[in-house]
Amino acid sequence: MRYDALIIGAGLSGLGAGIRLAQFGKRVAILEKHTVWGGLNSFYKLGGRLFDSGLHALTNYAPRGERTKPLGRILRQLRIDHDALELGEQSWSAVRFPGIELRFSNDLALLRSEIARAFPGEADAFERLLADLPGYELLDGSSSGRSARAELAGRFREPLLVEMLLCPLCYYGGAREHDLDWQQFAILFRAIFLEGFARPAGGIRPVLDLLVKRYKAEGGELRLRAGVARIVVERGVDRALDRGVDRGIARDFDRGAAHGRVRGVVLENGEELDAEHVYSSAGWVETLALCPPEHARGVGPVEPGPLSFFESLTVTAEEPRALGFDGTAVFFNDSPRFDYRSPDALVDPHSGVICTPNNYATTEPLTEGLLRVTLLANHAKWRALDPERYVAEKARAAELALAAAARFAFDVRGKAVFQDTFTPLTIERFTGHAGGAVYGSAHKRPDGKTGIDGLSLVGTDQGFVGIVGALLSGITVVNRRALEGAGSAS
Amino acid sequence: MTNDEIVLAIKDIIATIAPDEELAHLKMDVRLREQIELDSMDFLDIVMELRKRYGVQVPEQDYLELATLDGCVKYLGPKLADKQLKLASRA
Ligand SMILES: Cc1cc2nc3c(=O)[nH]c(=O)nc-3n(C[C@H](O)[C@H](O)[C@H](O)COP(=O)(O)OP(=O)(O)OC[C@H]3O[C@@H](n4cnc5c(N)ncnc54)[C@H](O)[C@@H]3O)c2cc1C
Repeated sequence: MRYDALIIGAGLSGLGAGIRLAQFGKRVAILEKHTVWGGLNSFYKLGGRLFDSGLHALTNYAPRGERTKPLGRILRQLRIDHDALELGEQSWSAVRFPGIELRFSNDLALLRSEIARAFPGEADAFERLLADLPGYELLDGSSSGRSARAELAGRFREPLLVEMLLCPLCYYGGAREHDLDWQQFAILFRAIFLEGFARPAGGIRPVLDLLVKRYKAEGGELRLRAGVARIVVERGVDRALDRGVDRGIARDFDRGAAHGRVRGVVLENGEELDAEHVYSSAGWVETLALCPPEHARGVGPVEPGPLSFFESLTVTAEEPRALGFDGTAVFFNDSPRFDYRSPDALVDPHSGVICTPNNYATTEPLTEGLLRVTLLANHAKWRALDPERYVAEKARAAELALAAAARFAFDVRGKAVFQDTFTPLTIERFTGHAGGAVYGSAHKRPDGKTGIDGLSLVGTDQGFVGIVGALLSGITVVNRRALEGAGSAS
Repeated sequence: MTNDEIVLAIKDIIATIAPDEELAHLKMDVRLREQIELDSMDFLDIVMELRKRYGVQVPEQDYLELATLDGCVKYLGPKLADKQLKLASRA
């Protein structure tokens, strides 16, 4: 069986890439090792309820018609009507540090006035930051090599404001510890503070169903329970070196890696599929591990991302509003200094995200309350636990999470009608991301190239994260290959 | 297809790609990008639709020929001469 393109993973980037390839008339199949699609942002049924596995907020909210913003661009490229998502906007969100709060919403005026109130001397510096922020035409996910912390420290006199601005951005997209690249900062700042949060009616499931429907309508094939065991690479002819566009990457690979061209994949059940192109959303480290070892040598830094999370989900009979909370998300930190890093303990209860799907202006009222609390977690420490301790520690971490929620937002202790938790091991098991690294490797590959002809990366390790980011990643990488192909194929 | 039909065909493709755009008043001799919001990715989609609907291949080095409606008629005329107009947009 020969395909024009195979895609590893039916997460958002794989689905975005798949729709585009099918639109271009390619014979394409998405290979997903799980029984459901969605990847990091999927859904599951437990205790008679349907949960979103990841969804806090769809970032990058833009109203209908704003076509140059990422949301507008992906909807247009995928031919999906904005109305079909039934987006409800957030009420307000906040960054809360001891004794100080900055609220923000989808209207920048709120954050502006909050900064003027809490940091009156910084209002002008904030305006200059807005004016100097790189625009999307410059933001391709590549790294600028500049530290966002250093950049902000040079702009603001109040270190506390710098910490407070970084806090939500790190939680919703920081792949490395302690800092963000200036490019990544700009992308996340736009996604969170300038565009904002929304929730699709019904959560992520209807969005995923819509994407799968579009994909199939364009003729794409989706195979579940079809884990890829190996990527087949043909060794030899050094074609990468002949082509100008590939020279940069070819140089990277001169240091010990063999050149090659992708031939297809072998599935876990032994089935072999041939293809001209393979797009992998499994992650950079994980994709290399599927390739023959001679191709994985000498390709630069390949350690998995250092950051993973613990999350507790608590269902209550009453809605958060009745419990005194009408916000959407609270990014908290219990000291003036924000430490975004893998904790020494199982979880770090000093900082995290508290959020609820209940307070969006959504067309679909929820019947119960749901509180989600996210904390930084240490994958290796969770991994070292024996099964009994693992269960006990999950319960203990959930208590820490709810105590933090009580302090920084609202208190559901004693009110839970249902509770679930997940750890870095859960994330690793369900998405295959090594170390449970939600935002992938600290080193991104913005052009999606791998050094192996015909094998491209999409998704988290290409550089764009989040729901909108992952879709954009799949679309952009496929478009680029299509443009390159259009030149040579005819 | 006649020249008028080619213009209809292109407008219909643009209407599919960019359903919010007002296309009735497009000028023939002004670059499309100056009249409506189209980026290079949208041109990729126009080319894709031409191939899907009419089996016409447009190599990347020829994309510039499609910059104006006049250009489209001139470039696509011979390629579409024996093809039937197919309208697909919701408009
Ligand atoms: C708890 C949590 C909450 C989040 N909340 C939000 C949020 O509120 N808003 C937001 O915008 N973003 C959120 N994110 C981030 C967002 O979910 C991700 O950035 C995005 O979904 C990544 O998509 P992806 O396609 O790059 O990767 P993935 O979703 O990881 O897709 C990769 C897919 O590949 C499959 N796969 C891996 N290896 C193989 C193999 N060998 N063979 C076959 N298939 C394979 C995996 O099973 C998976 O389905 C959250 C993430 C998490 C973990």
